[in-house]
Amino acid sequence: MEEILKTAFPLIVAVVGCSIAFVIVMGVVAYTVLAERKVLGWIQGRIGPNRVGPWGVLQPFADLLKFIFKEDLVPDKSTKFIYFLAPVLAVTCAMMPMVVYPFGPAITTIDWSFLPFGLGEGIRQLPLVVARIDVAVLYVLGVTSVGVYGIALAGWSSNNKYSLMGGLRSSAQMISYELAMGASVIGVVMLAGTLELNGIIEAQSKSPFRWYIIPQFIGFLVFLIAAFAETNRVPFDLPEAETELVAGFHTEYSALKFALFFMGEYINMFTVSVMGTVLFLGGWYMPGLSHLFTVGSIPYAVVSFLIFMVKVCGFLFLYIWIRGTLPRFRFDQLMNFGWKFLLPLALVNVLLTIIVVYFLNS
Amino acid sequence: MNDFNIIDYAPIGIMFIVAFGFAASQILVTQLVGPRKRTATKLMPYECGKDPVGSARDRFSIKFYTVAVIFLLFDIEVLFMIPFAVAFKYLLDQEKLSGVAFGTIAFIEILVFISTLVVGYIYVWKKGTFDWGLQARAEAREEAKQALKERKQQAIRDFQRAA
Repeated sequence: MEEILKTAFPLIVAVVGCSIAFVIVMGVVAYTVLAERKVLGWIQGRIGPNRVGPWGVLQPFADLLKFIFKEDLVPDKSTKFIYFLAPVLAVTCAMMPMVVYPFGPAITTIDWSFLPFGLGEGIRQLPLVVARIDVAVLYVLGVTSVGVYGIALAGWSSNNKYSLMGGLRSSAQMISYELAMGASVIGVVMLAGTLELNGIIEAQSKSPFRWYIIPQFIGFLVFLIAAFAETNRVPFDLPEAETELVAGFHTEYSALKFALFFMGEYINMFTVSVMGTVLFLGGWYMPGLSHLFTVGSIPYAVVSFLIFMVKVCGFLFLYIWIRGTLPRFRFDQLMNFGWKFLLPLALVNVLLTIIVVYFLNS
Repeated sequence: MNDFNIIDYAPIGIMFIVAFGFAASQILVTQLVGPRKRTATKLMPYECGKDPVGSARDRFSIKFYTVAVIFLLFDIEVLFMIPFAVAFKYLLDQEKLSGVAFGTIAFIEILVFISTLVVGYIYVWKKGTFDWGLQARAEAREEAKQALKERKQQAIRDFQRAA
C-alpha cells in the first residue's frame, strides 16, 4: 500500500493540479464570454445581459443549459466520425497548454511533514504550475497549432460549401500567422536563454524596465497581431465572416458541439493572453512586491497570482475592445499582411536581436 | 540545464485524458439530452434556405495548397532558430570563459542561415505565391476592358444601322 502510494504520488499531485487549472481556466473563460457581451454592450451604448442573476452573473450557466437542451444535428451528407472528432480535437488542443501556465511563484514556507507515509519528505516547494517542463514555449506553440486540424476537419467533414471555405480560410490564416508568432517568440527566448516559462519570468523579475516588452517591442507587436489572427478574432475573424460565409467552419454544428468550438476559441484566447503576459509583461512579477511580503510565503504567492490574472485579463479586455472597434479584413489583405509585412518584420526583429545580443555580450 | 525526468511530463498525459474526457462527455450529453426531431430538410447542408447545388467536396484554389507547403518550409526554419536562441547567450559566455570562439561561430552561422532563408523568401515572393487575388483582379480588369470595347463597337454598329 505504502509503496503503491509512493510511486503514484506524483500522478496524484498531477491529477489534482490538472483539475485546479481546469477549474480556474473554465471559470475565467465562462466569465470572459459574459465580460465580452457586457463590454461590447457598453461600447455600443447598450446594457448587455442583465436578466439572469444580479448583473447577469449567472448568464454563462444559462447559456450552458441552453446549449445542452438544443437538438444536436448531424447533417445527412457529413462524414460522421470526423464530424464528431473535430470539436473534440479543437477543445482538447486548446486545453492541453493549461499544464504549463505559470500561475504564480513557488510557495516554500509550507511544512509538508503532515502527509502520511513520509510522502512530504522530499518536497521543498509547491510550484504554482502543473508541469515544470523545460520546453514549455515550444510545447504551447506545438499543441495549439494542432488545433488547426479541428477547424480544418470540421470544415471538410460538414460537407457544406460555407464550412469548407471557412475551414480552408481558417487553416491558411492560422498557419500563415503562426510563422510570425513563432519568429516573434525567438527574440524573447534569446534574451532569456531558456524555454521554461518560469525561467523567462525570472529573467524579467529585476525591474519593470526589464520586461521584454521594452527591448522586444517589435516582437511584442508582431506577437499581439499574430495572436489575434491565431485565435480567429476580430479583425481577423475571416473564417466566421457571417456576411459572406454564414458561420464559417461551424455552420453545421449545433448544441454542445458548437459550444465546444466556442470554448476552444476562448481558451485559446486565454492561452495567448498567458503567453503574452509571460513573454512580454513579466508574468506574475510585480515591482516592490518582494519588499512587502516574504518571497515564497503564501500571501506573496496569492498576490502574485492575482497580479498575473489582472495582466491576463488586461489582454482579454484588449481583445474585446478591439472587437468593438475595428472592422474586418478582406482575405487577400489578410494574407498579404501576414506574409509580406508581419513575417519580414518578425525576421528583422530576430536579426536585430541577434546582432544586439552579440555585440553586448562579446 | 536540468536532468530529464519522464515524470515531469506525466501531467501532459493526464491533462490530455481530462480534456479529451471532458470533450467526449459533452458530445455524449448533447446526444442523450437534446431533442431529436429530424426532417429531411433539416438534415440538408445549409445553403441559406435553398436546396444545395452540387457537393462541397469540390476542387478549391491551389493557393491554399502552396501556402501550406511554404508554411512547412518556413516553420521548420523558424524552429531551427529556437535551439540557437536558447543557447546563444550561453555560447557567448563560454566564449568569454574559454577563449574559443563558440559565440562568434554561432553568430556567423545563424547569419548565413537567415540569409539563405531570405533568399528563399524573395524567390517565393517573386514567384507570386503571396499575391492573393492579384492575378484574378488583373484578369477581371482585362475582362472588363474587353467588355467595354465590345459595348462600344456594338454602340457604333447600332448607330450606323440607325443612320
